Amino acid sequence: MSTLAPNLAIKDPRSRDAGGGSPPSYGGGGDGNEGGASNGAFNYGERLRRARLGLVLGLTAVLMLFVGFTSALLVRKGLPSFDQQTNTYSRDWTTIRLPYELLLVNTFILLLSSATMEMARRAITRRAALAPVESIPGVSLGDERGFPWLGSTVVLGLGFLAGQLLLWETLRAHNFFVYTSPSSSFTYLLFATHAIHLAGGVIALMYAAISSWLMHKPVEAQRIVVDVTAWYWHFMALLWVYIVVLLMLVR
Amino acid sequence: MGLALLAVIWLITFVSTYFFIWHPWWLPAGASAAAAGIDHQFTFTYIVMGIVFVLAQCSLGLFVWMYRERKSSPPADYSHGNTTMEVVWTILTAVLFVGMNLMGSKIWAAERFEPASASALPVEVTGMQFAWYFRYAGADGKFGLTSPKLMDPSSGSEAAIGLDTNDPAAKDDVVTGTMMLPVNRQVDLTLRAVDVIHSFFVPNMRFKQDAVPGLAIHMHFTPTQVGDYEIACAELCGLGHYKMHGILKVVNQEDFDKWLAAREAEKQ
Amino acid sequence: MATSEVVHAHAAPQGFIRKYIFSLDHKIIGIQYFFLALTAVWVGMILSLFMRIHLIWPDANLPLVGHIQPEAYLSLLTMHGTIMVFFVLTTAPQGGFGNYFLPIQIGAPDMAFPVLNMLSFWTTFVAFVVMLASFFVAGGAPLHGWTGYPPLSAVQSTGPGEGLGADLWITSIAIFCAASLMGALNFITTTLDLRAKGMTLMRMPLTVWSWFITAILGLLAFGVLLSAGILLLMDRNLGTSFFLPTIVVNGQLLGHKGGSPLLWQHLFWFFGHPEVYIAILPGMGVASQVLSTFARKPIFGYRAMVYAMLAIGFLGFMVWGHHMFMSGMSPYSAFAFSLLTMAIGVPSAIKTFNWLGTIYKSRVRFFTPMLFAIGFVSLFVSGGLSGPFLAQPTLDIPLHDTYFVVGHFHLIMGVAAIFGIFAATYYWFPKMFGRMMSEPMGKLHFWITFIGTYAIFMPMHYLGMAGHPRRYSQLTEVAYLHPLIPVQRFMTYAAFITIGAQLIFVFNLFWSMYKGAKASDNPWDATTLEWSTATPPPHDNFGGHTPVVHNGPYEYGVPAAARDFVMQTDPAIGASH
Repeated sequence: MSTLAPNLAIKDPRSRDAGGGSPPSYGGGGDGNEGGASNGAFNYGERLRRARLGLVLGLTAVLMLFVGFTSALLVRKGLPSFDQQTNTYSRDWTTIRLPYELLLVNTFILLLSSATMEMARRAITRRAALAPVESIPGVSLGDERGFPWLGSTVVLGLGFLAGQLLLWETLRAHNFFVYTSPSSSFTYLLFATHAIHLAGGVIALMYAAISSWLMHKPVEAQRIVVDVTAWYWHFMALLWVYIVVLLMLVR
Repeated sequence: MGLALLAVIWLITFVSTYFFIWHPWWLPAGASAAAAGIDHQFTFTYIVMGIVFVLAQCSLGLFVWMYRERKSSPPADYSHGNTTMEVVWTILTAVLFVGMNLMGSKIWAAERFEPASASALPVEVTGMQFAWYFRYAGADGKFGLTSPKLMDPSSGSEAAIGLDTNDPAAKDDVVTGTMMLPVNRQVDLTLRAVDVIHSFFVPNMRFKQDAVPGLAIHMHFTPTQVGDYEIACAELCGLGHYKMHGILKVVNQEDFDKWLAAREAEKQ
Repeated sequence: MATSEVVHAHAAPQGFIRKYIFSLDHKIIGIQYFFLALTAVWVGMILSLFMRIHLIWPDANLPLVGHIQPEAYLSLLTMHGTIMVFFVLTTAPQGGFGNYFLPIQIGAPDMAFPVLNMLSFWTTFVAFVVMLASFFVAGGAPLHGWTGYPPLSAVQSTGPGEGLGADLWITSIAIFCAASLMGALNFITTTLDLRAKGMTLMRMPLTVWSWFITAILGLLAFGVLLSAGILLLMDRNLGTSFFLPTIVVNGQLLGHKGGSPLLWQHLFWFFGHPEVYIAILPGMGVASQVLSTFARKPIFGYRAMVYAMLAIGFLGFMVWGHHMFMSGMSPYSAFAFSLLTMAIGVPSAIKTFNWLGTIYKSRVRFFTPMLFAIGFVSLFVSGGLSGPFLAQPTLDIPLHDTYFVVGHFHLIMGVAAIFGIFAATYYWFPKMFGRMMSEPMGKLHFWITFIGTYAIFMPMHYLGMAGHPRRYSQLTEVAYLHPLIPVQRFMTYAAFITIGAQLIFVFNLFWSMYKGAKASDNPWDATTLEWSTATPPPHDNFGGHTPVVHNGPYEYGVPAAARDFVMQTDPAIGASH
């Protein structure tokens, strides 16, 4: 642990046993708020881990939502329905025709935004790691205003959402409405639910940006927000790819 | 207090068990071929679960009284458990539960895995808010077409199920509000629903099956006793769910044929 | 014991709003959940009282509601079930006691995410308001039962209440899903990450295990309920056909086609079955905790109890089809679901044996919490043993959708789980409010409730065997029900008395908050961490230091110990287990 900022432990696996000399404890013993020393400051390493754990759990819940939708889709596609008029069973799944160019562009924008998000995450990780160095009077690392990765991600995210609206407009122009067929219902449902979650991510990014400029939170705290949002963002990108592949497969 | 708990727990157990044994309210008389098997499985489960019920409740009552804290009580037994016992009662319980299940599975297979026999009488049962209609295929043995567009529940039986009177196969279909069945002959039911989910439940026949819109569910049973049996709806279907009942009349084959012939004659 | 400084995530709040309304303190939030559930349970009980009155006096004119129409009965039934399952059984044990005591029992100063915790309570509150709003809109509350099967629930014209009332109902449940997911996230993170030194997983009290496993169930189940609710809202309002085939309602051919009502059932019960385990697991945890405390004996088979709860949780996701044996689902899958359902009876039986084993050769102290814990075991046995009937599809044929099922789930959820809540309340009230509840009032409450609930729900099994279907607003039409009306009458009288007795509880609760005898830090001589801190606990739970744990959670009756118990924070005892 750095002697300059004894309260900071980013990747130090020994910070768990900071109390020293404890008997081997199975799993537990997260002395989250002790920080390994007796000055009682925040242990950002602990908080980051905790935030990431919370995110994984939250993403599990989001995953289950889409598991519900996926299983409904597969069942609904496969189930024949009894047509009383002909006394036979029939299926009513209309082929999904997506505007591929628009879809490809949209996907590209989202994947690009994932890349910029990752750059933002790494940038702030570096800044947080160097924060104790920067606190030495007179030391400057230069390059304090790096490329606005975060801002770019927000712009790309908004671009993706605009692309979604365009996509839906195009679908409607081809008489593919939400009620046209179960295939169209699921298409809109999956796209819209993903878009709503992504919009939540955009709001989180805006909060991260604002909190850094206006609220002057310590960079380690900002780092946690950006880090968690970044992983959320990557999950949203993966989810998008999954949705596109699913719709192509069941087309 | 321990004695009070013992007394009350035992009393509740014995009163419940008394009513379970005396059973003034019980499964109605079984009148179908499947009833004996189902009732046998029921009784077996009943007795086994009854024994477990009495043993568990009485032990609970007994223990809380026996081990009540008094000045003269020995110290509590500082035990964290007994792995052998855990294993033993886990295995016993598993064998009991799974065994009971497998015992009853043959009946389920007979009722539900196998389709109706070729000589079964086909009857279509249609549920709608809030009545049951029954359709017989007539001389041609085929059910005519129906169409949702032709459905008009307020105009009586044929219109209620939307019978397409232009279809030749429909001309001899008989639709009634009362179900008639010949005794000792398997009936091949086709269950349909017009609006919401209903459930065709005849307690005496030990028969129940949901009627689901969008599906035509085939199910069979064989009535074995002449008589009148009430049909109740067993799936919440709206404000008239409580009065959506019908009558099943099981008669001998002769009377059934006469009845059906009379209905068909009315149609000419 | 480590005494290093701990900085709590937030300083103690000032001001009424920060302290009591938008508090971030898990203890206040727990109490908020508790009072929300208390309000909800009274709404639910009054609804059920109206139902019971209507069944035997269908023409009665009641105060406030006047004459109850058959469709109104169905709305009462729907809202009774929904409010009880969601806003009482999924709220009080987990959101109430879990929130209050999980952090303390593991030695943490608060939940992992206090802001999220506050949000999850207020979101639950909003969900409750939206649910109640359905009573007051045109058409009133929905009538499709808490299970909401389409097409009945998916089409506005299937009955009164299926208009805006049904949309509000679905929306409320969707909001509740979000709130529960937030809570589950918090519970799991807290349990995994915030345990004090020495608090290993296998030293956690069984209450903590139960809240932890319940949270995992919730995390995995509520997302699927939310997906189903969204699909239903779309069918109702956007013209889609997820669940709706071609149907004719009220003479009108609707434009939907091809949908499957069974699809809803699968999605709903995939959530619905874990939900009932969410409702009962915390009660099992509390029963274990209270039984051990007042029997002065370690819980019998701690490890087996943990594994049993894990097994129940895991298997709970594989048995949903047992609600659908009669639905038109494949009979082959019915067989598979049936086997798994019988399997899930095994861990439940193990727990019951272990509770009996805990009382065996113990020294029982009959304080009120203990009475309710003993009552829990009795009711769990009674309610549980009707399960193996329903688990067999062959027997489900006569029993499905009859009062047999209603008796089964009421004994387990409506009584045993509620007894778990009562046991928890009487047990932890001294710690939460610094005063003791009145023992005489508590005992009186117990006796009337114990006997009264058996009187209400045991006869339902007889009705079910006789073929009495459920959800019937009136018993006047189907002839074979007429001989069963005296049983219904008996149940109604029992309900009056039992519901009346709950007033004793409410009075005791509020009276004791102000007039109860002052409580010491550890009035029950109990071992777990909440009893090692002040009564009521300070803002950061342990007054500036983190406890260090050296012992298991149920070290009672330790031989050669000075007292008949060893607290978790006491120096380690030599005995190994």
